[in-house]
Amino acid sequence: MNTKAQLFLTFFKIGLFTFGGGYAMIPLIKNEAADKKGWITQSDMLDIVAISESTPGPIAVNAATFVGCKTGGVLGSACATLGVVLPSFLIIALLGAVLDRVSGYKAVSYAFFGIRAGVLALIVKALIGMYKKCPKEKISKVWRERSLSAAFAYLIMLLSFCLVFFAGITSPAVLLLCASLGVLVHVPGKGKAG
Amino acid sequence: MSIYFDLFLMFFKIGLFTFGGGYAMLPLIQEEVLKRNLMSLDDVVSFVAVSESTPGPFAVNIATYVGLHSAGIAGSVVSTLGVVLPSFLVILLVARAYEKFRKNRFVEGAMTGLRPAVVGLLACAVLTIGKSVFFHDGFVFNAKTVSATVIFALVLFLSLKKKISPILLILLSAALGLMGLYALEGLKVI
Repeated sequence: MNTKAQLFLTFFKIGLFTFGGGYAMIPLIKNEAADKKGWITQSDMLDIVAISESTPGPIAVNAATFVGCKTGGVLGSACATLGVVLPSFLIIALLGAVLDRVSGYKAVSYAFFGIRAGVLALIVKALIGMYKKCPKEKISKVWRERSLSAAFAYLIMLLSFCLVFFAGITSPAVLLLCASLGVLVHVPGKGKAG
Repeated sequence: MSIYFDLFLMFFKIGLFTFGGGYAMLPLIQEEVLKRNLMSLDDVVSFVAVSESTPGPFAVNIATYVGLHSAGIAGSVVSTLGVVLPSFLVILLVARAYEKFRKNRFVEGAMTGLRPAVVGLLACAVLTIGKSVFFHDGFVFNAKTVSATVIFALVLFLSLKKKISPILLILLSAALGLMGLYALEGLKVI
């Protein structure tokens, strides 16, 4: 079997068995692409996680594109990405029709009343995790800048919240503004040492 | 503008402005989908549960679903393509020089602004969703508010203190919602 087909099949399997998406996928990618196939090394794996954090899009797509590119160039990337997306596409396309058909039933609407409260709890949990992680990274990086960079992080959190909540500004605009503020504060401060 | 092109552009934008995994894309998806009346807020929140219980990333799942709803299979194909393309293209560009890219001062600087901004955006989305969960029928404190609060508090406690999978927690929420609302109906309070 040629590499392109293998990339497609491996990432199809990864896409099929990762529930919830996100970081749940990392161990499976490591197992399949690094340990079994040897397409990437352990340190590549760490790079994938790091680079996914500073590039847009779902980590699954980032990882598939990266591994595909290393193994089979642009075409390899396309095969791996198609593979990782296809299971979720097919399942939702099938499930979508079912969901619409059952949504009229009272029992279903009662169940989803409970589910929405539970989902809110899951989102709050994710928010707490992101909030805790966000300034801490900078503290470990440069302890001397600790108070300043943490203050900047909290200020940006407050700013982005207020801009959306009170001023109704759209999130892409807020993200662009905050990214620019980050560049303004970070780039001259670090000088050539960065 | 054709519906296909509109769907493609909308999801391209969502894919482009999603930084960080998990629920980071929720605020933008909510904003875009509600603005165009493609889904209600209730539907978006319910769909988070569907996405947690099916394979694949949330962004891909919801792109497929919204596309299917608005313009059939072709719509779901262009939506999914749109949400995947930005990350595909960016990784292709940086894959060969990722070390350089990551250590670039501008990228680092942008990330120091983006990371906390995503937290602020998600906090905002939590408030909007919280309002729809607890005060579904306007700002009145009724029996539904109480049951939603109980389910929310229990699931939050379980997810923070015990390592229970999200799928189990969603099933538990569904069971509690069913029992709670049928009980309230039996007591004739709703």
